[in-house]
Amino acid sequence: MIRILKQIFRTGIVSEPVPPVADPEIERIGVQLEAAIRQRFRRSMTIRQVDAGSCNACELEIHAMNNAFYNCERYGIQFTASPRFADMLLVTGPVSHNMEIALRRTYAATPPPKIVVAVGDCGCMGGVFGESYASHGAIHNVIPVNVTIPGCPPTPTALLQGILRAIGQ
Amino acid sequence: MIRLKNLVMNVLGPDAREDDNIAPSTVMSLVVPRKRFAEATRALKKEYALLAAEWAADETPFGRGYAVFACFRREQEYLVIKTEVPATDPTFPSLTKKFAAAFRFERQIESLMGLTPVGNPDPRPWIKHEDWPADAWPLRKSFDARKRLPRVAGEYAWIRAEGDGIYEIPVGPVHAGIIEPGHFRFQAMGEAVVNLEERLGYVHKGIEKRFESLAWEEGARLAARVSGDTTVAHSLAYARAVEAMTGTIIPDRAHWLRALFLERERIANHLGDLGAICNDVAFAILLYHFHRLKESFVRTNMKLFGHRFLMDRVVPGGVTVDIDAAGIQTILEELDPLTREFERLVKIYDDNSSLEDRVRETGILRPETARDLGMVGIVARASGLNLDCRIHHPFPPYDRIAVNVPVLISGDAHARAWIRVEEVRESIRIIRELLKDMPGGRISAPLAPVLPDRSGFAAVEGWRGEIITWVQSGPKGEINRCMVRDPSSLNWLGLEQCIHGNIVPDFPLCNKSFNQSYSGNDL
Ligand code: SF4
Repeated sequence: MIRILKQIFRTGIVSEPVPPVADPEIERIGVQLEAAIRQRFRRSMTIRQVDAGSCNACELEIHAMNNAFYNCERYGIQFTASPRFADMLLVTGPVSHNMEIALRRTYAATPPPKIVVAVGDCGCMGGVFGESYASHGAIHNVIPVNVTIPGCPPTPTALLQGILRAIGQ
Repeated sequence: MIRLKNLVMNVLGPDAREDDNIAPSTVMSLVVPRKRFAEATRALKKEYALLAAEWAADETPFGRGYAVFACFRREQEYLVIKTEVPATDPTFPSLTKKFAAAFRFERQIESLMGLTPVGNPDPRPWIKHEDWPADAWPLRKSFDARKRLPRVAGEYAWIRAEGDGIYEIPVGPVHAGIIEPGHFRFQAMGEAVVNLEERLGYVHKGIEKRFESLAWEEGARLAARVSGDTTVAHSLAYARAVEAMTGTIIPDRAHWLRALFLERERIANHLGDLGAICNDVAFAILLYHFHRLKESFVRTNMKLFGHRFLMDRVVPGGVTVDIDAAGIQTILEELDPLTREFERLVKIYDDNSSLEDRVRETGILRPETARDLGMVGIVARASGLNLDCRIHHPFPPYDRIAVNVPVLISGDAHARAWIRVEEVRESIRIIRELLKDMPGGRISAPLAPVLPDRSGFAAVEGWRGEIITWVQSGPKGEINRCMVRDPSSLNWLGLEQCIHGNIVPDFPLCNKSFNQSYSGNDL
């Protein structure tokens, strides 16, 4: 136990502010983020992540958003296990043929406002996998998308900024 | 010890001949008649060789039919056995009776290439879901990959368990949490799991087919995305297979940098997994601390090499990014605090009896089972199998740098976690050694021209375990086939077997201790 306590005190708080971005528009939204979540989502915004066919590196970065450096929970962002509680779907991958139906069902099970964020080059336009018998390509080919976050994979910072953009819309 | 090739030749005599299409430097390969295919492999089974992969290729562009390949491994040796299958009678003898792991490989061959394994007890499709048209065989050259698949009616025949009090729990494909999709079906009695059946294929993106429409250089980008968490090792396996096929020699410095990237990938993933395993036994503090170490580590990747996971840094011919003296210094300065902090966390893990209570004797995969199923990598080494291609099939620079891998025999979740602990230590040591005498010179060489109808083979030890990539050039030197075998294709079988008798709530822990790739399996 003493070791655990020592570890906690030795480490302190490592969370960093989201670095300012070049685009003043996003910066403005960044400042308003907490206010927006407070106002529009009663202090907490809940995300359901759906892997619709990714290579799994996008998932690694979404995970990283939860680590102590980015600590996305401090903004009121939470991940949920069920689409029925979700305000936002964070969707990765080109939509594989074998995931298409599951993705449509998840979308149908999500209550309004149903904000959909397409993550990664694959989610935005199909990426290296493109469109084929097995891949339907971009997320917007299957369900409506509000905001896209390009990158392969997008960094946790880019993800946070993209989510802020989606909330600000 | 008799070489694998000779074992087969002794049984088959002049019926077995050496395959002269494969570059001899990469792997030994024999061609045998179809009717003696199973017989040839029986000789290998008797001498304790394990099946590492089985796949098919469409060779009609060469005016031949199809071909089925089975790759065996024993100690330092790999042997590929090829048999030709006429297009008029697309069947081949199943190896499932001798090698359990063959059953899924063969289901996949049948599903995607349309060749029927005669004698395989499980005719259900694999990767190909039941709503695909039965005659959609995407790996055949005649299949038009650009067309959408129509959906047909169909139902998957699950394995059932019956009896009083047995009930079924279906899970997935969309899971709770941020992980890849797959479907698990449990039959349970009270809390105890009677059977678990996996059904994967949800993230099948047609990777193998897509390779065939790309140039060799573009293929490298796709190989890097077979399984994103293993991007370095998959890029390396692809690069080595292409280099083997073309006979390209790459500079030593490139070898050293590749190993540096490979070990960094191993450390990053092991740190992530250790955190996740602790989290699944409700010990969240270690999750946050291990992930803090991982984050700092991948930031160094970004700073020095321009990508947090080192994607696209390994390409056929070498690597795309070099390191200078300041970079080496940065890494050395990172390793000391990493070691210190890591050891502190390991001590907390080791000291905690509530944690120990959950991870020990949970999800035991017995050594016999691990052997029978042909497990690889961490899973194999936690169940008593001493397998690591950095040692047994060393690719440079591992032929000059010693690797000491731990092997444990308890086969439980703890063993799989502890192998990771030891491997982090070992990889830190290897990185120091790599940096100590890194050869100078160039970091890449031009790829030698690709001749028609050649193949190349590579086996690489990624952080999960052995990856096998086999490439074949077509009549114009283009990609005719690129077969990728992620460790997950084998190790998923182990997860099903380790769960019997465990309680349902321990499944997430067992699954995490395996942490196999869905994308690498489904392709
Ligand atoms: S965008 Fe890149 S990292 Fe994300 S799923 Fe696609 S290939 Fe993988």
